[in-house]
Amino acid sequence: MSATISNRRKRSKLYYRVQHYAGEIACLVLGAVLVIWSLMPIYNMWMIALNKHDAIFEGGLWPEDPTLEAFRVVVTQDFWYLAQFWHQFGNSFYVGFMVSFLTLFIGSLASFTVGRLHLKNGWMLTNAALMTYVIPASFLAIPMYRIMQIYGLANNLWSVIATLTTFATPYAIFIFSQYGKSIPMELDESARIDGANPWQIYFRIYLPLMAPALVAVGTYALLLAWNEYLYNFLLLSTPGSMTVAVALAQFLNSDESPWNYMMATAIIYAIPPIVMYYGSRRYMAAGLTMGGVKG
Amino acid sequence: MSSTTEQALSVGRPFDATRARRRHGWFGGLQGSEHAWAVAFALPYTAVFLFFVIYPIGYGLWMGSSPALYQELFDDPRYMTTVINTLLYVGIGVNLKMFLAFMLSGFFIRKRWWSKFVLVLFILPWATPALPAFMSIHWFLNGQWGMLNNMLFELFGIDGPVYLNEHWTGLAANVGAYIWKTLPFWTLILLAGRMAVPTELYEAAAVDGAGGLRKFTHVTLPLMANLYFVCTLLDMVFALGDFNSTFFVSGGGPAMSTEVLATLGIRYAFTVALPNLGVAAVMSALPLLIPLVILLMRKLRMSEGQL
Repeated sequence: MSATISNRRKRSKLYYRVQHYAGEIACLVLGAVLVIWSLMPIYNMWMIALNKHDAIFEGGLWPEDPTLEAFRVVVTQDFWYLAQFWHQFGNSFYVGFMVSFLTLFIGSLASFTVGRLHLKNGWMLTNAALMTYVIPASFLAIPMYRIMQIYGLANNLWSVIATLTTFATPYAIFIFSQYGKSIPMELDESARIDGANPWQIYFRIYLPLMAPALVAVGTYALLLAWNEYLYNFLLLSTPGSMTVAVALAQFLNSDESPWNYMMATAIIYAIPPIVMYYGSRRYMAAGLTMGGVKG
Repeated sequence: MSSTTEQALSVGRPFDATRARRRHGWFGGLQGSEHAWAVAFALPYTAVFLFFVIYPIGYGLWMGSSPALYQELFDDPRYMTTVINTLLYVGIGVNLKMFLAFMLSGFFIRKRWWSKFVLVLFILPWATPALPAFMSIHWFLNGQWGMLNNMLFELFGIDGPVYLNEHWTGLAANVGAYIWKTLPFWTLILLAGRMAVPTELYEAAAVDGAGGLRKFTHVTLPLMANLYFVCTLLDMVFALGDFNSTFFVSGGGPAMSTEVLATLGIRYAFTVALPNLGVAAVMSALPLLIPLVILLMRKLRMSEGQL
């Protein structure tokens, strides 16, 4: 009797060990599959960029003799689609920073007045923002295009800045009003007793304490603007006013485009946001869990 | 009837009193200049909302208000294909991805020495801007010299199909690209949700003799259900408005058979120069969008109260 029990115990120990190793191996395989799945299109991008133009059509899984020629062409603006590349790069940065700044400014003012000053009917503002957040941006593209012409902003960077600020601010208001609840009201009250007016409370107390949320939302808005394509494409039409995204998509206008130049441009365009994502990952994750979609 | 009213009143009264007191305290009683400040602070967003949300929405409603447009729309055979594509795109793309994200969040929450590296590489699709990523996927799937078919040929000697020249494979490519791009984001969100579940609950369940499966069904599932639901709704709205993946992976082709409503609207408005028809195409998504938005707003407001 006792022998069978110890036997069974031995067997089950072995069974669990086998199960454990099988589980670990399955996890390793899953990890490898995930890495391959995630990296494949990115590897493909590099492969095309490093190839010579005519070598792309020969097949193969890596470049026969890799060259940085395509990157040289992009950096020195040596191709007619890329004649104003650095200017367009500057445009992208300008739009990104303006959208980021305006989103933070407008969003923090709105959430301050609703959350801290308890503006009468302030909930209407929050609801309006929430509603804007759940309207898909691409659905408003056609009327927005018309309206920018009415405002006289056609082919002007400010049309894109205004549009993207509109779509980024609701998220800002949402996050700020969540985060603002963690700042004690007593701070505002004591500042008031010391004679501070609302602007001083906003500027000297509210904003410094909101710094983590400001960083998270600022990064979000900057990346939103940098990555946006549709509105840039519709609202900006001349090479001088284009952002990099539009310039990049120009390559698709013809079937004879040098794809290696296109992919080199794509990689250079993708580098700033990737660096920002990895640099601010902690803030971004915090921002997302702070309010985003936490149920 | 009257007793319940009384009860409600008696419950209501002290609440009203505290509210009234707060209104006359430092914050509620916005006097004179205070009130002016509060209104001034609200002005920038109000202006943005009026000029760039209300006006375009009103303008769009006006553009798409003629019933004849919808007649024209329904007469276009490509429109019905587009509607079916959109439903498949949203239904499969979102639900398959959320399920995968939920499973993968369980994979990443178990710390192994190498899983951190996998996670770093895994979020790369999310960090990459949509445009370069989808362009690359387009060339990756190219039938003649795309990398996927090269790989199939060199590894297995198979001649792969011309993916983007057929309706079903083209649509699958768009959905796959959308999943590829957004899976890391939702995995991270659900991972954060799983990490917020107190470990005491699992310990208590273990003390009660629950195994891995019962911990999952009795602790993880009920606590994650709401988050999962909100994420699914939110991503359905995002997927419905997603333009980039269809536009850059299949380009809506072959012969406009893989278009979704978001790209069809733009196509009508800017390629065929029928802006009103484009608005009508987009507006025909409202019967799906509005219930989603109402549900979402209620859910998001509720979670606002909880946090």
